[in-house]
Amino acid sequence: MTDPVGQNPTAEPAILQLKNLRKSFGALKATDDVSLTLRRGEIHALIGPNGAGKSTLMRQIAGGMKSDSGTVHFAGHDVTPLSTVARARAGLGRTFQISSLAMEYTVLQNVMLGALGHEGGAMRFFRPVMARTDLIEQAMQALQRVGLENHAAKRTSDLSHGQRRQLEVAVALTLSPKVFLMDEPMAGLGASGSKRMTGFLDGLRSEAPILLVEHDMDAVFALADRISVLVYGRIIASGTAEQIKADPVVREAYLGAEDVA
Amino acid sequence: MRRETLLNIVLFALLPATALAAWMLDEPFIITLATKAAILALAGVGLNIALGLGGLISFGHAAFFGLGGYAMGILASHAQSYAPLMESPFLIEGTKSMPVIWLVAIVTSALAALAIGALSLRTSGVYFIMVTLAFGQMLFYFTISWPAYGGEDGLSIYVRNGFPGLNTLDPLTFFGVAFAVLALVLWGAGRLAKSAFGLALSAARQNPERVETVGLAPYRLRLVAFVISGAITGLAGALFADLNRFVSPTMFSWQTSGEIMVFVILGGVGRLFGPVAGAALFILLEHVLGGLSEFWHIYLGLILLLVVLFARGGIVGTIAGREVAHD
Ligand SMILES: Nc1ncnc2c1ncn2[C@@H]1O[C@H](COP(=O)(O)OP(=O)(O)OP(=O)(O)O)[C@@H](O)[C@H]1O
Ligand SMILES: [Mg+2]
Repeated sequence: MTDPVGQNPTAEPAILQLKNLRKSFGALKATDDVSLTLRRGEIHALIGPNGAGKSTLMRQIAGGMKSDSGTVHFAGHDVTPLSTVARARAGLGRTFQISSLAMEYTVLQNVMLGALGHEGGAMRFFRPVMARTDLIEQAMQALQRVGLENHAAKRTSDLSHGQRRQLEVAVALTLSPKVFLMDEPMAGLGASGSKRMTGFLDGLRSEAPILLVEHDMDAVFALADRISVLVYGRIIASGTAEQIKADPVVREAYLGAEDVA
Repeated sequence: MRRETLLNIVLFALLPATALAAWMLDEPFIITLATKAAILALAGVGLNIALGLGGLISFGHAAFFGLGGYAMGILASHAQSYAPLMESPFLIEGTKSMPVIWLVAIVTSALAALAIGALSLRTSGVYFIMVTLAFGQMLFYFTISWPAYGGEDGLSIYVRNGFPGLNTLDPLTFFGVAFAVLALVLWGAGRLAKSAFGLALSAARQNPERVETVGLAPYRLRLVAFVISGAITGLAGALFADLNRFVSPTMFSWQTSGEIMVFVILGGVGRLFGPVAGAALFILLEHVLGGLSEFWHIYLGLILLLVVLFARGGIVGTIAGREVAHD
């Protein structure tokens, strides 16, 4: 069995370890025997063409989708049998490819929800939550970090696509997770937005490692310590940006010679 | 001041103003109608926590309304016949004290809501509606076939129950009691909606995946909401029984569930004062249209249809505009 962690024995231990994950939809193998690791302090990018199974894999890790087989080990525990809620509590912070927010709420309320989750529960029935200055401070800090602080009072449904992506990241930040799982956080951000987000993620890896699904190759090559390439549900290559750029199989299957020149 | 706040003040003043005016004009029947509106509004405030905040379309709230009613009926009938409810292993006697009856009604309906909710909340959508309806119907048929407390004929209580220091036989005083309970519960429900729990519950209605992703379990939030909701509707049931001095299986019927839902929809789903507006309008229509035609429910249906088609926010939503929760 190929275990990417074995590549470098002196490397940080893996905080997240996927072993032989599979998920089929009927005859379609969305993920097919996927094993990979995420180590402390790194950004591990997962790339691959549309429909390769990247989002399915993210869902298998975060708990939204039950795997047909395989295991997810996180922070020393087998979290495979755990629910999404339990995995989030254990420290998996996730952002969605298609924004998944409380659309009737303001931007601030969405982030407050994250702050509540981080606090460990919402079973408080009497005190107005918007009078919780401590939580509001945490929430505003998260908004500031992604550059949404001036939109705090906006209704979420009035945000642009890119702003919703930023808000997803802000909510994940309030959780102070041990690992970030980010599914295309740059989508819809535009050139300057992507650049800003790239800079932000670059710094974020020291707080918690990131498993990053991204189509923006500039961002991937700028950020990733390691890259894994997923095609038809299988990891066909895994390595540093240089190794991936040079890999003939990857060039043929996915990148296309002109992209990598 | 926000438009909805202003409207709420008007709605809040409406019932006591009506009751006082009726008292001055010596129209006790109108006081009784205002009392009925206050009690039905209370049942609606209960349902609105599940339906409006939680998005849980319960078609079985008659179960709690009826349990509250029978809590009153059973306790008061034992008190009036001087026969204890049970003697062993310990003695439980009936009571004519409203506070005790309310407490029993709240606890009984909360426990029932816990059991019904725990099972029905595993389903969603139309299945949830059907499962809650089924529980309501089960209790309906149970009370019909249970001879001990009147069966199909129901149970009459000869004298209204008492409240320490008050003469509840006086219509205006009993209105005051019912309205005070409504006011207190409205205040609590308002706090609840703005609390951490309210924020998370309403988020779970908008997007359960989002709530799970921050490590909060929608099922637990909904179950707690369902219990609070059922307990309030149960309390309303006890008051309603005391208003009529009569309980019958009708309180458990699916029509009762439907009517409570109508108060909420007419008034405005998720609006704190929606059920107050809805129940008041319902009582008004029942007596204006009911005087004109035996088939007044047809007109009620038409009005409901118009509200659902053209005024989605109900009375409150139409007058006050888009909701600003957690301001
Ligand atoms: N719930 C589902 N039911 C059936 N098929 C699904 C389901 N979810 C995903 N698929 C299929 O599985 C395959 C992998 O989808 P997935 O969304 O994981 O791809 P992806 O790599 O994230 O693609 P993209 O880059 O477009 O986001 C696709 O063929 C998709 O149609
Ligand atoms: Mg995807």
